[in-house]
Amino acid sequence: MGAVVIRTKVVQRPELNFWERLYFPEVFRGVWLTSTHFFKNLTLHAFHALGLFRRIAAAVTIQYPEQLWKLPSRSRTRHRLTKREDGSPRCVACMMCETVCPARCIYIVAEEHPDPHIEKRPRSFTIDLGKCVYCGFCVEACPEDAIRMDTKIIDTSAYSREGMVLDIKELLNPTGVPKTL
Amino acid sequence: MILTIGIQAILAVIMISFVFSLAALHTWIERKQSALMQDRIGANRAWIRLPWWWARPINWLLQPFNVLGLFHPIADAIKMFMKEDYIPPASNKFLHTLAPCLSLFFALVGFAAIPFGNTIAIGGHVINLQVANINVALLYIFAMASMGVYGVVLGGFSSNNNYAVLGGLRASAQMLSYEIVIGLTIMGIVMIYGSLNLQELVRAQGSYLFGWIPLWGVLLQPVGFLLFLAAGIAETKRIPYDAPEGESEIVGYFVEYSGMKFGMFFFTDYLETIMIACLATTLFFGGWQVPYLAASGFLFPWGAALALPPLAVSLLQILSFILKVLFFCWLFMTIRWTLPRFRYDQLLRLGWHYMFPLALANLFITAVIVLWVLS
Repeated sequence: MGAVVIRTKVVQRPELNFWERLYFPEVFRGVWLTSTHFFKNLTLHAFHALGLFRRIAAAVTIQYPEQLWKLPSRSRTRHRLTKREDGSPRCVACMMCETVCPARCIYIVAEEHPDPHIEKRPRSFTIDLGKCVYCGFCVEACPEDAIRMDTKIIDTSAYSREGMVLDIKELLNPTGVPKTL
Repeated sequence: MILTIGIQAILAVIMISFVFSLAALHTWIERKQSALMQDRIGANRAWIRLPWWWARPINWLLQPFNVLGLFHPIADAIKMFMKEDYIPPASNKFLHTLAPCLSLFFALVGFAAIPFGNTIAIGGHVINLQVANINVALLYIFAMASMGVYGVVLGGFSSNNNYAVLGGLRASAQMLSYEIVIGLTIMGIVMIYGSLNLQELVRAQGSYLFGWIPLWGVLLQPVGFLLFLAAGIAETKRIPYDAPEGESEIVGYFVEYSGMKFGMFFFTDYLETIMIACLATTLFFGGWQVPYLAASGFLFPWGAALALPPLAVSLLQILSFILKVLFFCWLFMTIRWTLPRFRYDQLLRLGWHYMFPLALANLFITAVIVLWVLS
């Protein structure tokens, strides 16, 4: 057994100098900083009200429902089921997504596909968004690229728990409004 | 007799409506100013828009208020009045109800002694623009301000909540410590101008140094002014001196209050801020004095003169008072949104170890100079 060497890092705490310890000059510095922001933004807001300098933003706020933000292309948003060329779901009801789902919010009922080359198809495909944690495992598990999370619909809300449940029709043809630029 | 009472009543109504509307507006100022200081927009979602086609012109008039968020104070008031007024079962119900009333009452009565203008002559009556012309107005105001601590202490004590008691104790210790500093800084001004009457104090600030520098209190007592400002903010129990409230540690003396009773405590904070702004204006920034404005109009030091009717002079003076008060309200709000809270021990050490000796030294030096000038 060798001796345990604990590596320590000595952190140099910044010492306050005389003027900083007086406190009053620092108060003035702080008030100066915040009031420059105040007057700059006030002037900009006044100019915006007159229709001038609209390019220069007076606030970093994005006023969401009216003003949208560019979502990153990788962001996971509400699910959708992709379709084949004839419009039928690409899903083969292999249950991979239902199995991998950590929130157990996917419910698939399978049935036989009329085409002998395809084994199964979903009779119903339901996602309970009230339980979904938006982890994206279902998308990664899918061998058929049948489920994607790229609708850019992010304002999912309902007045009841049942309202949060999406059925196969909704998943194939999302009716929500994409909220992005 | 009846006329005098009537005039005083009208003055009181004017003063109280000014103070109340400014205090209600403070909620809006607080939201919007903090937003602008932090590059945000601030509350702007309380809209009033009438659905009928014939209400279009009214909607057009309401639109600026909507966009600026000026209906939020009304929304606040509605919320405060509609909320359940919960009185904790284990509390002392009488004191619990009395405390916010005491707080609000003592914060309001102080405004009676604030002069907001010079005398004004209307129809042969000379009206002093001050609700109550008290000879010892300064003492009266500070008496009322110190009574205000009873509301806070009772609120904390009667709630039967440890955190509320802690908040009340902190508040009383803090207000006692800082009242001493305020009293000492005020004494400097009183010694220089030789009066406790606020109207007299303001009139005395109308003279000029070398004929062109307005001899306001801030020029004669710069250290006293800074100390007064610092201690005055402590009196209002707002950040950086909000240890009694301490939103993030103990919620403070009003933790057991809800609805309009909480609203009254909230309102008291704003009223005290306005009170300190009024006092700073009156004592250190010449009250209603406008530089170079005499009773007959502007008399500039370079010899130019601009005659004005007496009414215009009075209105200018009132406007000057309001602008100065608004400036101080802005300053207090800026400080409130700039500095972090003092720890409780830092707060008392600042009061007793630094500000109290400084105020004493300031008082002593002022006394020596006043004696030297007089002799």
